[in-house]
Amino acid sequence: MRLFAEPRLQLEVDVDMSLLDERPLDETPVPEAPEQEPIEEQVPFRPRALVRSERVELLLAVASGVTGSAVMCLLFDWTQPLTFAIWALLLFLGSTYLLARDSQSPIVATDRLITTLVWTSGGIAVSVLLWMLGYVVVKGIAGLNFEYLTSDLSKVGPLDDGGGVFHAIVGTLEQMLIASVLSIPIAILTAVYLHEIRGRLAGIVRFVIDAMSGLPSIVAGLFIYTVWVLQGRGPSGLAAGLALAILMIPTVTRTAEEMLKTIDDGLRESALALGAPQWRSVMQVVLPTARSGLITASILGVARAVGETAPVLLTAFGSSSINWSPFNGPQADLPLYIYQLLRQPNPAQIARAWSGALVLVLLVLILFVLARVIGERGARVRGGSR
Amino acid sequence: MALTSPDLQALEEQVPRDIARTVTRGDRIFRTLCASAAAVSLFIIGGTALFLAIKAVPALQKAGLLSFFTTSVWNPTVGDFGVLGLLIGTIIIATVSLIVAVPLAIGLALFINEYSPARIRRVLTSSVDLLAAMPSIIFGMWGFFALQAPLVGVASWLNLHLSAIPFFRLSEPDAPLLRSSFIVGTVVALMIVPIITSVSRDVMAQCPRSQCEAALALGGSRWGMIKEVLLPFGKAGITGAVLLGFGRALGETIAVALIIAFTIEANPYVLEQGGGSIASLIAIKFPEAQDLEISALIAAGLALFSMTLLVNLGARAIVRRTQIAA
Repeated sequence: MRLFAEPRLQLEVDVDMSLLDERPLDETPVPEAPEQEPIEEQVPFRPRALVRSERVELLLAVASGVTGSAVMCLLFDWTQPLTFAIWALLLFLGSTYLLARDSQSPIVATDRLITTLVWTSGGIAVSVLLWMLGYVVVKGIAGLNFEYLTSDLSKVGPLDDGGGVFHAIVGTLEQMLIASVLSIPIAILTAVYLHEIRGRLAGIVRFVIDAMSGLPSIVAGLFIYTVWVLQGRGPSGLAAGLALAILMIPTVTRTAEEMLKTIDDGLRESALALGAPQWRSVMQVVLPTARSGLITASILGVARAVGETAPVLLTAFGSSSINWSPFNGPQADLPLYIYQLLRQPNPAQIARAWSGALVLVLLVLILFVLARVIGERGARVRGGSR
Repeated sequence: MALTSPDLQALEEQVPRDIARTVTRGDRIFRTLCASAAAVSLFIIGGTALFLAIKAVPALQKAGLLSFFTTSVWNPTVGDFGVLGLLIGTIIIATVSLIVAVPLAIGLALFINEYSPARIRRVLTSSVDLLAAMPSIIFGMWGFFALQAPLVGVASWLNLHLSAIPFFRLSEPDAPLLRSSFIVGTVVALMIVPIITSVSRDVMAQCPRSQCEAALALGGSRWGMIKEVLLPFGKAGITGAVLLGFGRALGETIAVALIIAFTIEANPYVLEQGGGSIASLIAIKFPEAQDLEISALIAAGLALFSMTLLVNLGARAIVRRTQIAA
């Protein structure tokens, strides 16, 4: 927030210089060390801390932003809170710049302007997240009860109350299980291939994993649709699991490779030095050491796949009643359940969709926190073992 | 001294040690296993291109390859298909989302890496990661129900005061402003912010700290340091990050399908109701589609696949090159 040419600092330097200058040149220096100030009295210099005049400027700028925007809203009869926020921010930015320019210099003023903008972008990110989470909770909490969680939509008309999400939860769990069982071993072995074996295909595989990580999810759905559903097998939870597995492979592979990179080479060398062949050193030393990281990678992959709607729309088609078998016939899952209800025009269906959204968000949050906790514990264990 | 000159040289260059190992039969089996797991990805990408191309042939033959990409019609009963308008719509939405997302994402990356106090940094990184993990359907419904009203206000303000810029014009003064490319683009922007932020952060973090500190020690302000050292250093990598975000925006499906008032023709009025994208076409038309229309949807999917593939690989190549250079 401030330049280095700070008056207080300048003063201290001046004092030192003058002391040096006053010392007669011919006199031999005094042998004992010059008396130092006690350490407690030395206030550490914080280059970014605000001094009083800057605090006053900040307050002035905030005040001018808020009051200016409030006056404008009252004058022009604007009612949107967002309008108020945008004008308050603009006025705040303007007055910050002008105050700093007049009291210090244009360079300081620009620096302060950018600082404010950068803080604003952080604020926007957090408030978007909170707004979204809060909105889902407020809209969805009313319909969320025991009956909602344990019944399906087969016996309720579109305008009735009641009905629930049970069939979609069952579908989600089965499809995620299938997708995980298929994709996680493949992804971890691919990561081992990329980082431990570094075989001839490593370059091209990394290239393809890059390509896959940007693959639109609907294209993955189309692929499974053409090679599975269209080949006489029909829509099923298994087909959805296959499509979701395609989306999980690149996420899990990349994160798992990052985790393998954090393993100390000393461990690999020790295993080899003890005479272990490579496969034993990987299976019994490297992978167990990276276990928590690999679990985190897998959970992040699941968290990505669990919210995907488009591929499931093309492969499982959705259904309003419970289908326990993932191998036979259409199946619902949570995002698709929400999507299909939202496309209907009546409020009862949309209210159900919001409750479904709350269930989905809670599921994602649980997975996210789980990944964090396991990941952090693993990092601590790895850090301690070194 | 026991160290001979080659040893010293190796120490100075920090060359990783070469590990001599004998390859056992178990190793060979293990390597084959891993290689075949890695090959699965090759088959998936190759298979996607191949099978989509095969299934796209009937519709492309019926509609004509050229007219499929140069007209804007969707008439399954006579087998007349053209996606030009949707290609343009896809690019419009992705461009709007970049215009909104790039300043926000780079500001966020700078905030997390350079400005924020340690405690806020933890909150911020978690928020960005959580934003990345949020399902697109949640973004879509939140955008539709919560964000539309304020954004319509912004849109009408932009039109009222900035209609000198063609971008902000309307076809007629009272045109409806809901469900527009602008609103969709803004929602998609929030979805691609996390990827742009995290890749730019990685790139910026590789800037040698000594250079940043030198700039500050010479009396530069923090913004001066960022402008003269950090951004020039990270320019290529940040471009790559933005391209990655562009690729994501091109393929975004459900949020677009939920919010946009779908039209086959391109709608050049960004602030106005109506628009479309390839991905939303597939999601909207698929549930009721029959034989030939499905083939046409697959052809559209193939076009989307090639487009995102090119953008993504270009972006990754740029990002990777900067990482090797660093």
